[in-house]
Amino acid sequence: MSIMEYNGGSVIAMVGKDCVAIASDLRLGNQALGVSSNFQKIFPVTDRIYLGLPGLATDVTTLRELFRYRVNMYTVKEERDIEPETFAHLVSSTLYERRFGPFFIEPVIAGMSKTPAGGLKPFIAATDLIGCLNFAKDFVVAGTASSKLFGVAEGLWEPDLEPEDLFETISQTMLNAVDRDAYSGWGVMVHVITKDKVISRTLKGRMD
Amino acid sequence: MMNSFADRFSTTGPIAELRKAQANVEDDQFSDAAWGSEAGFGSLAKGVPAFTVPNVPDPSAFLRLHTDDHADPNCRIKIQHGTTTLAFRFQGGVIVAVDSRATAGSYVASGTVKKVIEINPYLLGTMAGGAADCQFWETYLGMHCRLHELRQRERISVSAASKYLSNLVYSYKGMGLSMGTMICGWDKTGPAVFYVDSDGTRLKGDLFSVGSGSTFAYGVLDQGYRWDLTDEEAQELGRRSIYAAGHRDAFSGNTCNLYHVKEDGWRFIGNYDISQMHYEGPTGTGTGYGYDLRVEGRTSANPPPAAAAA
Repeated sequence: MSIMEYNGGSVIAMVGKDCVAIASDLRLGNQALGVSSNFQKIFPVTDRIYLGLPGLATDVTTLRELFRYRVNMYTVKEERDIEPETFAHLVSSTLYERRFGPFFIEPVIAGMSKTPAGGLKPFIAATDLIGCLNFAKDFVVAGTASSKLFGVAEGLWEPDLEPEDLFETISQTMLNAVDRDAYSGWGVMVHVITKDKVISRTLKGRMD
Repeated sequence: MMNSFADRFSTTGPIAELRKAQANVEDDQFSDAAWGSEAGFGSLAKGVPAFTVPNVPDPSAFLRLHTDDHADPNCRIKIQHGTTTLAFRFQGGVIVAVDSRATAGSYVASGTVKKVIEINPYLLGTMAGGAADCQFWETYLGMHCRLHELRQRERISVSAASKYLSNLVYSYKGMGLSMGTMICGWDKTGPAVFYVDSDGTRLKGDLFSVGSGSTFAYGVLDQGYRWDLTDEEAQELGRRSIYAAGHRDAFSGNTCNLYHVKEDGWRFIGNYDISQMHYEGPTGTGTGYGYDLRVEGRTSANPPPAAAAA
């Protein structure tokens, strides 16, 4: 019995042209038994950063609260919103604090970060359960369907997708990958973050 | 006359030599396999199936070590575990319903598996456990049911057929065979369902469900079961039970195959997508079985979609 597969669930993030997208499934299970089809794994950190937490459900809740606390402390001290890069390192060091008794979570971060010129550029990152950072230029995956997500994303993703096309790409990737994973599925949630807004949609997925 | 009788059984002389040569050609040196075909029946064609077993003093102890039975989950010979199958007897015959998902670990290897094995026009077998074991031995059972028909000039009873299978798998006990099956059909006694598994268990009953999703199927089945169900009600109950299992159990799902056995043999009723049943019902026109659809807009905790968006 793997703790990482105890509750099931998967998250993926993708880069587009001046936008990023992050998607997760909505299943919460107790091994083979499906318990909830409305378990959110993606949480807003700032207006421009979303954090996906696939893995052990108890740690999803714990870490969501822990990051909320640490980001609030950062915001108060610095008197500004945290940047995605900074937040990624906050996630990494928070997880490495538990190097010898880790949280069973593989976080995925998606956001728009400020450029020196004053614009915004897409940012995605993922870490393993003890905080090894992976800054990817195309897409990052995590969770029980990660191997399947890699396969589909490798086939569908292309550079410089517009927000609507990126939404379609990440949705199809998620929907088709979770259908090949017994522990993920039961609905999908997608967020597309652009320069000026965030589009959040719940997708109808297979319910078996 | 006397001479030909003596010739037939003599072991010396030219006729005996010829007979030996013929026997050699027919049986030993040139089996059908040597000509490239045994009509797809492999070792079945010769009657007694023979398998190579591990060349060790105690083959069954060796196999037990490497085969994935319920005792030890992480050994070499992996077997398809996730399944939901059910069969029940009622006034109008037998309903057989199964899912179609095959998993290897958490990977959904196929969503289009045929888990009902059509043994002959009057007998159906269901597949849970080792797919190859079920497929092979139930096909083999079909051959013997036909031989029984030819020898006895009468169709084999479901009871006799299932007993043939249970005795057969019992002779391989401990060698790693894995099957949980329901042998269903109609004979002189009327509709019949027998549960047979690779431990050697054989049970007669009105209602069975086998596989990882069986508990979910039983929940719906027990609640809706009556002897005097109409054909339509019974088919709906079978479908609805497989839907429940496909929905809740991670290792069951994709589609439901439904069969109905009556006095004149079995009939395939249909293939139903489990997700479609969730959202739109089995015909795709009615309301779905899904929980959300049944509670939506009924309480303040489950507001209608328009209100939720606002």
